[in-house]
Amino acid sequence: MFACIHGPQIPADLSLTEFAYGFSPVVEEVRERTVVIDVDGCELLFGSAYQLASELAQRAQKSRADGGVESTVSVAIAANPDAAIHAATYLKGITFVSPGEELTCLGDFSVERLDYSLVETEKKVADEILETLRLWGIRTFAEFASLPVAGVSERLGQVGLKLQQLAAGKTERHLKVKQPAPVFAQSLELEHALAELEPLSFIFARLLHQLCAALNAYALATNELCIRLQLEDQTTHERKLSLPYPMRDHKVFLKLLLLDAEMHPPQAAVTSVAINCEPVKPRVLQNGLFVPLAPAPDKLELTLARLAKLVGEDNIGSPTLLDTHRPDAFSLKRFTLVTKPDARKRRKTGNRQLAIGNQPCLGFRMFRPPLRAIVQADQGWPTQVSAWGKQRSVYGKVVKVAGPWRTTGDWWRDDRWARDEWDVTLERGGQQTLYRIYRELKTETWFVEGNYD
Amino acid sequence: MRAAVSKVELEANIASRFGDAFKLHEKSAVETLSTGIDEIDELTGGLPRGSISEIFGPASSGRTSLMYSMLAYATAHEETCAVVDTNDVFAPTAATAAGIDFDRLLWIRCTGNLESAFKATDLLLHAGGFGLVILDLGDVAGKEARRIISSWWYRFRRTVEDRPTVLTVISEEACTRSCAAVTLELNGAAEWSGNLLRQNSISVNRQRPISPWQHESHFGAMAC
Repeated sequence: MFACIHGPQIPADLSLTEFAYGFSPVVEEVRERTVVIDVDGCELLFGSAYQLASELAQRAQKSRADGGVESTVSVAIAANPDAAIHAATYLKGITFVSPGEELTCLGDFSVERLDYSLVETEKKVADEILETLRLWGIRTFAEFASLPVAGVSERLGQVGLKLQQLAAGKTERHLKVKQPAPVFAQSLELEHALAELEPLSFIFARLLHQLCAALNAYALATNELCIRLQLEDQTTHERKLSLPYPMRDHKVFLKLLLLDAEMHPPQAAVTSVAINCEPVKPRVLQNGLFVPLAPAPDKLELTLARLAKLVGEDNIGSPTLLDTHRPDAFSLKRFTLVTKPDARKRRKTGNRQLAIGNQPCLGFRMFRPPLRAIVQADQGWPTQVSAWGKQRSVYGKVVKVAGPWRTTGDWWRDDRWARDEWDVTLERGGQQTLYRIYRELKTETWFVEGNYD
Repeated sequence: MRAAVSKVELEANIASRFGDAFKLHEKSAVETLSTGIDEIDELTGGLPRGSISEIFGPASSGRTSLMYSMLAYATAHEETCAVVDTNDVFAPTAATAAGIDFDRLLWIRCTGNLESAFKATDLLLHAGGFGLVILDLGDVAGKEARRIISSWWYRFRRTVEDRPTVLTVISEEACTRSCAAVTLELNGAAEWSGNLLRQNSISVNRQRPISPWQHESHFGAMAC
């Protein structure tokens, strides 16, 4: 049996669907103010179909605090969902349509009231059929239902047959059940505050396991984990883990969370833990036969997190040159595996370039920070260079020199630069080494920037 | 004789239960990764995957030029590469000129911490999937490099053994001892054209594996 609830005066901020979930988990939202529920098996909870309909109508009138929708609703119960929809829409109060006697209740309805959308018929087609029926002198559901099936099929086609079954209340279909939106969030209130990471890791593991099981059930993954820790000092510690690829492996998540918690520990003992994630479609990747293997995404993420813990987050990534001529201007971006669509073409081009050029560029080793130097010059040409730093020292007689090359830039900013660069060969103990030195024009100070290698 | 027979019988019995436990492990043909420089590839046949290769020489001997060339070739061929930069000397501007694709390069700056550099290399090798991992010890003083305990090198050799990774160590003095499959010694001589540095002429001396045919090769690194 099916029950249709129709409430045209329900306030806009109240949901009839949510109200219907209070009676049955199988709910179809027909329109904004009309829902159908499957009431089979509800007898134990609500009694007979009459009692259920009464309960529905009474509870609907209650306030929102009591689970109602603060409005009067029409309720119809029928063996056919479409018959229940028609009855509830056009008859006020409670209507019970006995199985097999649908036309007794609906027979007098005008054919204009046929809800053709229930049998997935286009308006244009339905209007044509209704016009034909009008020309034939068919006015009501009962008259339409009494027409011979073969004749209707012959003259109005399959759509006409469907509409005739709809008018007779004999359509057969399943409810289009509206699934409640899944929530991918887990939380836990702790009885005792936890100050150490190790016991907290068990809580993380449990919540992540449940979260990943939920993701797995919906064949989804996530690329963003949000963790929210309520602390004993009434503050909140929030962390967000962004992953370059969607994943749903709870072991990987746990390790990443623990590494992050070690790098950014909460400032007080933890009293509650909440983890939620943003569900996305899992990553589907077809590797090429001739493409070299790359690190597995989950392993790579773990490795990057461990490396970040080891050397610091600012010291790891892919270098990117900045759009400036300032010397040694670069930034580090997060390292991700890139699959470029034109990889094969680029590989061929790369091969050709290497084959044509076939001579490597001269390497350069940058001293960070540059070594402050004492340079002896003869008529402006460096003759002797001495520089000492914590890790290295540079000194020697200049045996060959090229330059100077003046570079300036960002003159409109406070951190403008202007300098004269020289390439020098320094000789020390018979060993010759190539360096790049420069003189800052603003301070007249010499520096060793690095060496050619 | 009796003892020998019984040993064979014993091995046959155990082999039936434990399969190939007594079979000698056959080493498959060595795959190599080109350095991007024909002269060095002719000399070495490329750098063997699953092994340690060592490149050493004094400052300005061409170690970094060779490193850039290897990275440019590997990244152009879609290998994922990593540079463990012990003394933070990697120069992105010069690397771009050498043709390195930064999208496939992971740069780890260890800011002079030798222990971090070794731990980072270990993590990278265990992650697997990297085609080329370069441990740059080029600015580590010879005295410190000699103090590196051998167990690190044995550990790296064992880790990288069954992986398609080339672990290249760049240093001032040879320090990997017997763990490197290929050892190249570099020496450079700057060539000037008038008042301009034209190129660094580099001679490569192969020290391991020892070959009766060819030990030395030369190439030039153009000033870009």
